[in-house]
Order: sequence, then C-alpha cells, then structure tokens
Amino acid sequence: MTLEDYQAVGMKSGLEIHQQLDTEKKLFCRCPVRPYSEVFDAQILRHMRPTLSELGEYDGTALMEFKTKKNIIYQINKETVCTYEMDDTPPFELNQQALDIALEITMLLGCKLVSEVHIARKQYLDGSIPTGFQRTTILGVDGSIPYGDRRIGIIQLGLEEDACREISDIGHERVYRTDRLGIPLIETVTYPDMRTPQEVADVAQIIRHLTRSTGKVRTGIGKTRQDVNVSVAGGRRVEIKGVPRIPMIPLLVHNEAFRQLALLDIKKMLNDRGITGETFRYDSAEITDIVRGTRYLPVATALKEGLEVHAVVLRGFRGILSTKTQPETTFSKEISDRVRVVACLDTLPNIAHSDSEGETFSSAEWTKIKKHSKMGDKDAVVVVWGGADDAKMGISEIALRAREATAGVPDETRQALADGTNGFERILPGPNRMYPDTDLPPLAITDERIERIRATLAELPWDRQKRYEEMGLDSETARRMSISKRRYAFDKAVSKTDYPPTIVAELLLGGMRRLRRRDGVSRCDDTSFVDTLNAAGERKLPSQSLEVLLKKTCGDGVKPAEAASSFEVLGAGKLEKKMKEFASSLELPDIDRERLVNYLTGQIAIRFRGYITGREAFDFADRFVASV
Amino acid sequence: MNLGSDIYKGYRGDALECLKKFEVGVWFDVEVDSTRGNFRGIILPRSETADDDHIVLKLDNGYNVGLAVGTIESMTAHGRREAHYKIPEKAFPFDPKKPMVKLLGTGGTIASRLDYRTGAVIPAFTPGELYGSVPELADICNLETEKLYGVFSENMGPEQWKGTAEKIGEEIVKGVAGIVIGHGTDTMHHTAAILSFMVQDTPVPIVMVGSQRSSDRPSSDAALNLIHATRTAAHSDFAEVMVCMFGPTSDQYGLLHRGTRVRKMHSSYRSTFRTIGDIPLAMVDREKFTPLRDDIKKRRKDRNVTINTAFDDRVTIVYYYPNMKPDIIDSLIDNGYRGIVIAGTGLGHVNKPLYPALKRAFDEGISVYMTVQTLWGYVQMYVYDTGRDMMDLGVIPAYNMLPEVAYVKLGWALGQSEDREEVKKIMLTPIAGEITEREPHNGYLIYQGGIPEVEEFISQYKK
Repeated sequence: MTLEDYQAVGMKSGLEIHQQLDTEKKLFCRCPVRPYSEVFDAQILRHMRPTLSELGEYDGTALMEFKTKKNIIYQINKETVCTYEMDDTPPFELNQQALDIALEITMLLGCKLVSEVHIARKQYLDGSIPTGFQRTTILGVDGSIPYGDRRIGIIQLGLEEDACREISDIGHERVYRTDRLGIPLIETVTYPDMRTPQEVADVAQIIRHLTRSTGKVRTGIGKTRQDVNVSVAGGRRVEIKGVPRIPMIPLLVHNEAFRQLALLDIKKMLNDRGITGETFRYDSAEITDIVRGTRYLPVATALKEGLEVHAVVLRGFRGILSTKTQPETTFSKEISDRVRVVACLDTLPNIAHSDSEGETFSSAEWTKIKKHSKMGDKDAVVVVWGGADDAKMGISEIALRAREATAGVPDETRQALADGTNGFERILPGPNRMYPDTDLPPLAITDERIERIRATLAELPWDRQKRYEEMGLDSETARRMSISKRRYAFDKAVSKTDYPPTIVAELLLGGMRRLRRRDGVSRCDDTSFVDTLNAAGERKLPSQSLEVLLKKTCGDGVKPAEAASSFEVLGAGKLEKKMKEFASSLELPDIDRERLVNYLTGQIAIRFRGYITGREAFDFADRFVASV
Repeated sequence: MNLGSDIYKGYRGDALECLKKFEVGVWFDVEVDSTRGNFRGIILPRSETADDDHIVLKLDNGYNVGLAVGTIESMTAHGRREAHYKIPEKAFPFDPKKPMVKLLGTGGTIASRLDYRTGAVIPAFTPGELYGSVPELADICNLETEKLYGVFSENMGPEQWKGTAEKIGEEIVKGVAGIVIGHGTDTMHHTAAILSFMVQDTPVPIVMVGSQRSSDRPSSDAALNLIHATRTAAHSDFAEVMVCMFGPTSDQYGLLHRGTRVRKMHSSYRSTFRTIGDIPLAMVDREKFTPLRDDIKKRRKDRNVTINTAFDDRVTIVYYYPNMKPDIIDSLIDNGYRGIVIAGTGLGHVNKPLYPALKRAFDEGISVYMTVQTLWGYVQMYVYDTGRDMMDLGVIPAYNMLPEVAYVKLGWALGQSEDREEVKKIMLTPIAGEITEREPHNGYLIYQGGIPEVEEFISQYKK
C-alpha cells in the first residue's frame, strides 16, 4: 500500500502519547513513585455513577458504564498509596518537579505556554480512577516537530495523573491496583497529520526520543503508552487505546482504516436495501425452551445453569453479519463485543447467528429458531444467552449496534489486540466531559520559571542529528547517535581526542555492544571512554586498537595510560609477517576455497583483534589461501 | 443591549481594564494574541479568590487556561455564547402505595448536575432533579423537598436549628412517613444532637444525611447515602433522630447513629462518622436493615411529638490545654456567658490557676459542666483530689456526654430556665441517649494500623 492508496481513502491519523515522568513523588500527593507491586494490603469496593449534565442527559460513555453496573475493587499497597489515592483526602499541591519537567518538554515541542495552569476534572466511569475523574491540566498548545520535509503539528501538551492498572474484568466485577495511580504523566496530542500507517509509527518514535532525550522520563514497559486516532473519508475518528509498542502501530492503523471502509460498505449495503436509522426494525423472542437439549456447548451450559436464551431478528440484515471487517473477523464481532462489554456476558462465544450457522446449533434447531422468531428470508437472527437482566441488556445492545451500522462508523474507543486488530472498548466520550477542579487554585507560570527552564533545555534530537551529519556521519548513524544514551560521550570524545567522529560513533554504537556481548564488559562510563581514547591518541595507536583497549580499561580495570603503553604497535610489515606465521601454524580444514577463506578470516580477526579490521583480515586470508 | 454587570463577572483591577480595553467580556468567544502565542476560546468568569492578573479562557478541547494580562496584545471577539442553567425536569413518579418522605435542605450538596460549558456545579434539589440524579429513589418512596437554608454547615446556628425543629414538627403532624435532612457534614453531629432535644418522642424516623465527597463526582458517597437515608425514613422501624453515613469507606453499607452519640472523626474519609462510647443503632444497605441493639425507639402510628425550641446562645466550650490562664474564663464571665462546658483532660481536669476564675463563675450564677477531651470515657471527678476540689467550686461532671452535645444541651437548658438547679436537672436527665449508664466493652474500638493481626483482619474485608 502506498501513500496514494491511503490518500485515496482519505486516511488521517493522529497520536496521543502518554509518558510517565521520572519524579520522586506522585503528582497530587506525596506518595513515592515505586515499581508496581504484586501484593496488596487492603481492598476497597466502590461504584461509579454518572453525573447529569446541564442538558438533563448523561454523557454517552457515562451511560454505558452505568449500564454495566460493575463492582469496582481497588487493591491498595501501603508503600504507594495514601488516603488521596483512596479518594478519601483532597489533593495536595501540584508536584513542582513534575511541572518543571513537563514545561521543559512543552518547550521542546515548540508549544505556546499558558500563563496560568487550571486543573480540570475529566470524568471516567470505568473505575480506573477512584474519584471517577482524572485531574488534568494543559500547559501548552500549537507546537510542531519536523518530519522529513514537513512538520507534524502538536495540538497540546498536558500534565496529568496516571490511572490505576486493571488487574481483571470478569462479569460484573472489575479489579484495579492503585500503585500506578497518581504518577505524573504528560500527554502529547498531535494533529491528525500522518497520512500512512508507517508515518504514525515514525512520529511516535520521534516523540519518544524527544521526551527521552531529557533524561527525566521513566522508561520500561508500560511507562509510555500510545493511543492512535484513525479516520477515513466518510468514517469517523476512532481512538485505539493502549498500544503498548510502537512497532505494532502500522498494522493497527492499517486494519482500522480498512475496518472503517468495511463498515461504510455495510452502511451502503443496508441503505441500498432501504434500511436506515428510521426504517431499521428488529424483533426479539425468548427461545429457551425451543433449544433445550441442544448439543451446542455454550448454550447447553447456559441452559444447565438455568439461564435464558433469546433470539433477535434484524430485519433485512441477511449476509451483513458475515461481512468481513478485519482480518479473520466479521461484523458479528462488532455485535459480540458490545454484548461482552455492556451486558457483561464475557464468556466467549457469547452469540450465535444465522449468517454462520455451521458450527453452532444443528440445522434442525436453526429451522425451529427461525420459525419461532418469525425470521424472514432477507433477515438475520442473532442468538444470545444469559441471566434475565444481562440477556435483556444483550438484546438491546445487539439492536443498538445493528442500527448504528446503518449510519456507518460509530463513535467508539477501541482496544488494541495482539494480532493487530482491535475490539470495542467503550463509546467515545463526549468532548465536554471536563469541568474545573475547585480543590486547588490556579497556578501562575512566571516568566522567571520559564527562563530558568529554557536555560537548561537539552539540544533537540533533530538539531543534534544535523550537527553530527555536518561532522561527517551518514544520516542513519547521525540519527542513531543523536538519540543514543552515549551521545554525551560522543560529544566529549570528538572534542577532546583526535579520532574521527565516524570511528567514535562506530565504537559507541557497535563496539560497545560487542564488548558487552562478547567480552562481558558491562559498564563503560563516559570518563573511562574518553580517557582511553586520549591515552591511545597520545601513543598514536591505530583506531582498530581502541576496542581492545576499552576491554582492558572498562572490562579489566586497567588504567588507560597503562593499557595504551602495553599495546604493542606493529608496523604493516611486521603485522603481515606475524599473520603469515599464525596462518601457517593452523591446521587448515579440507574444504572448498570460499569457505576456507571465511574460516581463516575468522581466525585472523580473532587473533589479531585490535590490529586489523574485518576487511583487512579478509583480504589477508584471501591472499594467503591463494598463495597456498 | 444591556449586558449588565455580569459581563465582567469576577474580574477586577488589571484584568478588568484589559477586558474593557478590547471591548470583550465574559462568555465572549475570542481570539487572543499574546507574547506567548495565540489562543482561541470563551472567556469564563473569574473566581473571586483568584488574582487580578489573568483572564480565563475555556478552549475548544474543554480545558481552561489562564492568560497573563501582561502578555496580551489583542483580543478579537467572534461572538458570544451565553450559558443557561435550565434543565428539562422529569417529574418524580408518584406511587400511592409508597410512603411519603419529606426531604429538608439546609445546605450541603446531596446531588448536583454539571454545566460542562462553564464548568459550574449546580445543586440539584427538587424532586425532579433528584430523580434525575438518583433514579433509585422512586423505587423507595414518594418524595417532597423543601429548601430551608443554604448554608455551609459551620454557619448553622440556633436560628437554623429552631427553624428546622419547627418544620419537622409541622411535617410530622401532616403525616409524613419519615424525614430526611440534607446537611453539611462538618457540624452534622451538632445539629443531630440539638434536634434530639428540640424534637422529642418522634413517631417517625428523622434521618440526617450528607456527603463527604462532592456529589458532582462519579465516586461520590452522596447517592448511596441518600438511598440509605430515604429507605430508613420510609421503611425502617427506627423512630429517632439519626445520622446516616457510610460504614466503611467502601460502597457496602451505611450506619445509623443515634444523634447524641455520633461525631465526625476524620476530616475527609467517607467513613468519618462514628458512634462514640457505644455501638450504632443499625446497619442499612439497599436491601435490608440490621439492627445492632434492642433499645431503638419504634415507629408509631400516632402523630404526637414534643417540639421545644428553647435556646440561650450565651454558652461556650472551653478546650483545656496546659498553661491555660484564668483570664480566658474571666473574659467569658465579663462578656456575659451563662454556660461553660469544659473539655478537660483525662477524667476531667484543668490546672489549679483556673480555680479562682471557676469560683467567680459559680458566684456569678454561671453553669459550668465538665466533659472529657478524650471523647471516650466518663468524667470521674472523685478519683483525684483536683477533681473533688473542682466540684466544690461548682463544676458539674457531665458523665459521658460528648463536649459538643453538652454544649448544645446547655444552651437548650438555659433557654428554658434561669434557675441553676433547674438547668442542672435538665442537663443531667438523659432524654435521648446523650448520657448512658454503661459503656459496653465494644464502645471504644480504635485499633492501630501496623500490628500484624490488625493488618491481617483488614486485608480480609473490604475497607
């Protein structure tokens, strides 16, 4: 798929990246920021209720969450939780260390800063935050970062508190652990300027590197989380939440774009059949007794447990349910997801349908079901089973989702799945779920504070990369070096020693890895690195020797001056002689010429490491074998 | 068009000048050019406690930001968006088979709704509004509401107590099945105590309720407290003045506390209300009541109730501390106080330097009572001779009456008589459990965290 293909369907994509900050304490309380815990000391039970808005209505998400009627359990560990996390104490003053780091990143993204920070409450009813809302702020708007020959716009950067970790979500009970709650988080939101799935992943990487370049963000699994927004022309902005790894992004974006196209096709099919939001019809009938004795295991089990079985007829929907929407997935999954999430019928499979009768009820049973529920030739029937209340909710969700199909792509938040597809998570929240948090006063950002932070701003990665390219590094190496942990060592070594930048870069990017893997050298700090190169430079040792010297200084603890002076410098003639002696002493195996040269290259490279490059070893081996 | 003074709501000083200069005001949709960049949004009212250096904008994404007046170079208006606080009301359903409960409001927000456009939290109080917020109420009872006052609870006082007691009397006579009183939590126990004296022998439940977490938030205890309170008022057999708030901090059950022995014990925990020196009356949840004692006054069919709203507000509580000087007591006497409740240390002690002042108080006809700062336990002034000395000076031990309860009762007693002996009779005759003959072994259960068996116990139950 090319850029043109994605442009043809009008694909747009944006990112929301959440990054934890590396502070000692949490954002609104003085609990320490610690690694996540596996144990807990106490549990609290809560429920979430939606708040009526001024329109007398509930926000769509709120209503959905309320429908699910979940018991929410919070597991608390006393190391990382105080009464603030339990929502039993008002917030403490905003963590100033977090604010400084967040302001720094806001400036690096080129955003315009606000003068006074106002804390807002953003409501979440899934229970992920015990108060039912997240305290969130916005620090800057309208920034941008370079990407290729254009710029990607940054809508805003905000500082907010992280939520609890979900431990389980089964039936009507959802369990969270509160260790992560309250950790300072920055949220970077881009404009939907990315036009292909790969661009989305690239931009995510750039932002990741930028924030990491400050050295003040937490790294590791789960410390950075990406949400991706995708839309196609005629579709809708769908948010895919919680993408854990950047390499997953391209496939997720691609699949979502095509899911939306598939849903638009379904809309057209339905509209062509005369089915719209107004003309949509469905009926339902209880079929518990009709299917008694079935061998279809999920329903048989439900019947044994005394649950009910119902059939929902979707008028005119024949063939729609088996229409493909994602790889290996059909439209029926959209319906099954709603039944799972909202009606809490989460033992899968949770529905059966007439577009795909094969592996479910017997054909005789299907005939009975269709007759009893009065299904016509052009219709489809969906069977759902559960307790009385859940089944009723299931029926209504099936009808709801089917009606939404006549309009195209519903407003949803989806969750990323491991295979690159996605599933329904919740109805997309309305844009105005926020209102001011009056527990804390607004906080002024003074000019003094801004100047103080600006003075310490790290060099932007792309500026650094340009500087390295001007030193002679090729752009890929320059890019890698600009975001590497060892870039400071690089800067020092290049300014203080005589070895060329390309050599230094190769040592830091490749040599260090070899030293770690092959020679078990676990640490080489910047000072040792620079001192070793200096000592070698004073004795005018060739650059091939540096890796061997580093092994001595960083691995074996030898002082740089000593390591350098004990290195025997061999002139080209002497070296050639020694190599010949060595090669002659080997018992060369009886193999064809090409493999023999490779074998000898390896032997020479190991033996004379520090004296020759791999290429030189190969050349010698080639000549030697030819001469023998 | 007369936009009135509201156009600059909350803005003063430099910020006000800035708005005037660019001819914009509150609810204007503006584009702002500033030295820090440009912003687009709606100007919101400024809070009165905030400075006069910033203008608040609500951006499209819902966030509010403040822009320093000093950085603003221009503001251009693109229209105006007024905020309207009306919501379509749904009528609270009426069911002739259900009991009628009257909800009296004194303050505190038992339910609210949000205006996302402005961020305002608006109290929801009419039956229709409550029904919208807590639809479960319609399954419990029929509801009538009346807002008596709208004050923070620390501003409740004798005038409000009297008004509430009288209103309760009226409603009982009218025939309601029960009364719920919405009240701020800070002084809920003071009001519960005084109502226990001002409203005696009620035939129906009188339930005080509030919320520890503001009702605009999804996690609020408001809805469940309200459900528990209305259930108690409509269906329980408990005809007393009670406080109904959370038991644990989890959403599990509420506790019904006798109004004269309950106290707010934590500044913010949902589980803050506790019965002191005894056990609560009952547990209440969405389905059942679990009485915990057998001396709860029962619901009656008659409509007889005794309302006595006497109150003399020349009473005070003095919280003793080491090195307290007699001039404190002297100034109370000089300022005309007629009743002093002392919260003494230990079994009810103060230091010797106060004695002359206490004698002076007695000689001036002032009633002085002793309670304990420790809250739990009895005053026992015979044990040490210091206590005996004080009794000789006319200080009267108030047994195990809580300091705040003794304070309101003394005001109530003084409102009925100027005769000190008469006042003493009223004070020391228990009416509603404010003095108990016995303290059960489980009336004081403060376990310390950190101790292994305690931690073990806590980990097994929802907190």
